[in-house]
Amino acid sequence: MLETVEEARDALSSVGYLPGESTALVSFLAARLGKPVLVEGPAGVGKTELAKALARATGRKLVRLQCYEGLDESKALYEWNYRKQLLRIQTEGDAGWDAVQDDIFAEEFLLSRPLLQAIAETEPVVLLIDEIDKTDQEFEAMLLEVLSDFQISIPELGVVEAKSTPLVLLTSNNTRELTEALKRRCLYLWLDYPDLERELEIVRLHAPELGETVTRKLVEVVHMIRALDLKKPPSIAESIDWARALLLLGADDIDQSVLERTMSIIVKHRTDLDVVAERVGVKLSGEAFAAPRASTG
Amino acid sequence: MSAGGGLYGGMPPSGPPGLAPRLLELADALRGEGLAVGTSELLDAFEALAAVPWTEREDFREALAATLAKSQEDRRVFEIVFDRFFFRSVERQAVERGLKEERFSGAERLDLEELRERIAAAIRGGTDGEMSDAARLAIAAFGRQGEGSGVIGVDVQRIRRTLGLRSEAGQQAQGTPDATGIPQERLREFERHLRRELERDLIRRTRSLPPARPLSDFDRALPTASSQDLAAVHRVVAQLKRRLATQGHEQRGRRASTHVDVRRTMRASLETGGVPLRLKHRPRRPRRPELYVLCDVSTSVTSASVFFLSVLHALHDSFRKLRSFVFVERISEVTDVFERERNFAAVSHRIASDAGVADVSGYTDYGRVWLEFLDRVVDDLDPRSTVIVLGDARTNGRDARPRAFGAMAERAGRTFWMNPEPRLYWNYGDSVIQVYEPYCDGVYECWNTRQLEVFATALTEPRR
Repeated sequence: MLETVEEARDALSSVGYLPGESTALVSFLAARLGKPVLVEGPAGVGKTELAKALARATGRKLVRLQCYEGLDESKALYEWNYRKQLLRIQTEGDAGWDAVQDDIFAEEFLLSRPLLQAIAETEPVVLLIDEIDKTDQEFEAMLLEVLSDFQISIPELGVVEAKSTPLVLLTSNNTRELTEALKRRCLYLWLDYPDLERELEIVRLHAPELGETVTRKLVEVVHMIRALDLKKPPSIAESIDWARALLLLGADDIDQSVLERTMSIIVKHRTDLDVVAERVGVKLSGEAFAAPRASTG
Repeated sequence: MSAGGGLYGGMPPSGPPGLAPRLLELADALRGEGLAVGTSELLDAFEALAAVPWTEREDFREALAATLAKSQEDRRVFEIVFDRFFFRSVERQAVERGLKEERFSGAERLDLEELRERIAAAIRGGTDGEMSDAARLAIAAFGRQGEGSGVIGVDVQRIRRTLGLRSEAGQQAQGTPDATGIPQERLREFERHLRRELERDLIRRTRSLPPARPLSDFDRALPTASSQDLAAVHRVVAQLKRRLATQGHEQRGRRASTHVDVRRTMRASLETGGVPLRLKHRPRRPRRPELYVLCDVSTSVTSASVFFLSVLHALHDSFRKLRSFVFVERISEVTDVFERERNFAAVSHRIASDAGVADVSGYTDYGRVWLEFLDRVVDDLDPRSTVIVLGDARTNGRDARPRAFGAMAERAGRTFWMNPEPRLYWNYGDSVIQVYEPYCDGVYECWNTRQLEVFATALTEPRR
């Protein structure tokens, strides 16, 4: 599927994800070199979506591990199913010690969690480790074995080696500096907000029924809002939501009143709302809005 | 800037031919700028290059970037170094092989007005190549070919003036918005092309490469708009908050001294037929950080106090138990100002106008500030509290009262000092930071967000 850079680009586009220059190249390299990719960027630029798109494009299953504070190996790697072990012990009360001991630490009693599941699949999967920056450093260290050698050591059982090489994506919102060791094992991809033309294509792809002029204006307004100093700038997903909302409302132009009625879709903080109403709303009412269009010609 | 003999020192010797040595040189240049490029990164880079076609400059660059630059900042440095490195390599080859390019000729004969129009059009909407052509054209026509001033910055400005290029922002400021303004970004792009073409001319003329200068802090600094800075400060503080919040958690399960929660243990034992197989422990409550921040807002730190106030503002967004004070000659508490106002501009205005900072002479009196601070909050300070002082420790010759500061530091669990001056200037003139340093758990220089991050790391380190 991902034999050349162009193929990677086409495959991703065909499942509804328009990759930038570097995104296509890094996805291709990840598949080719079998290396995990560390994807960083502001919230809402499509980091998680990239993993889903890759899964769709390659026809692989997506295994997702959502990270949070205090995530540990029993939830990420594996856990022994002790109830089943107890049952096993009780049903064969008279068997020898060695036999039972060997028995209860077998794969049958292992509950596999996402990481083990990802490497144990016979068909290669796409493994998404989402928001890795939310975990502690200890957890990162634990990941290293999985990421570099695609194997997991279980003390009672030995080493479980990968039956297939998964395509691994780690995402981070950059709230914490990740360790050098982890970065060293990964390819690095920085995703940023797309430029005007590409976002236009993205919105068109997801809300094709919206009129051309409205779509363009919408994207221009979103870019204007992103240029302001906001607590949370609108993401790509939010511009798509906004496009769909406008479609439902049947709006054929974005003026001050439309913006004020619907801007809560793209701006989610009270102070941000004030700033946007003040700075962008005013612009929309005047004719000064014509200025940014010059750059598209 | 001096154009001494050392600046254009002829051709440095070129290494062995081939791609691998070039890549190693690039890696060296990157290391010189502080990127951690190890052997494993290099191996990855070679592997990646084996997989992509080299004919596409973009692909080549991206493949190297993905394997060598592992953070956003690294990426920015990488772009600059990559461009400079390959530009120099190409120029060196050109000089060594005696390649000459056909320069634009006859540009003098063109109508200057028409030329201006053409160049402006290329800047406004041209591709990279068109812009580069425009830059050459401009140099040929307006740059007095072959006899530039020798200082590239001067030539760039002169050409820009001759062309009459003005940015949009400048025109709006003058109140004459018309169609001739050029977006700031495009203009900056054009200047970069000009700079590059001029450098190329210079190399060709002098037949020598200027020595590679290390990137200055300015080159790598974040885009500098004050609102952007504020956003960056907020990011660092948000990070700080998360670190503080998880501080207790990472110790979980490692310490032996936890209390067994009998109720939960019994309840859990029901699953295993009443046998308490698993002990349940009482969760360890992470410490609530209690911060006391003292911020100098006197004139000697005017430039820094905007930064400090924004740090304070961001801290207030993140910490509930935070009391903040500003001081010049005397101290006043501004906790409620920050809690009521969400907008940074409003906060700084209110602090400047009516926070009640007794600012008679405009000179800081650290000694007095310590005494007043002790007087007001000494009973609230306990070993769980952290005191952070933001100031330059310039006493204007007044009594520093290190013992009062010591008493403060002793009551508080930890004391940190952030100094907005570069370390070089510490203890010169009336700066007395050395008398306070022994009482602090850490003294940091702090005038950009990177240093703030260093401080954040130190602040959240598990205590001894």
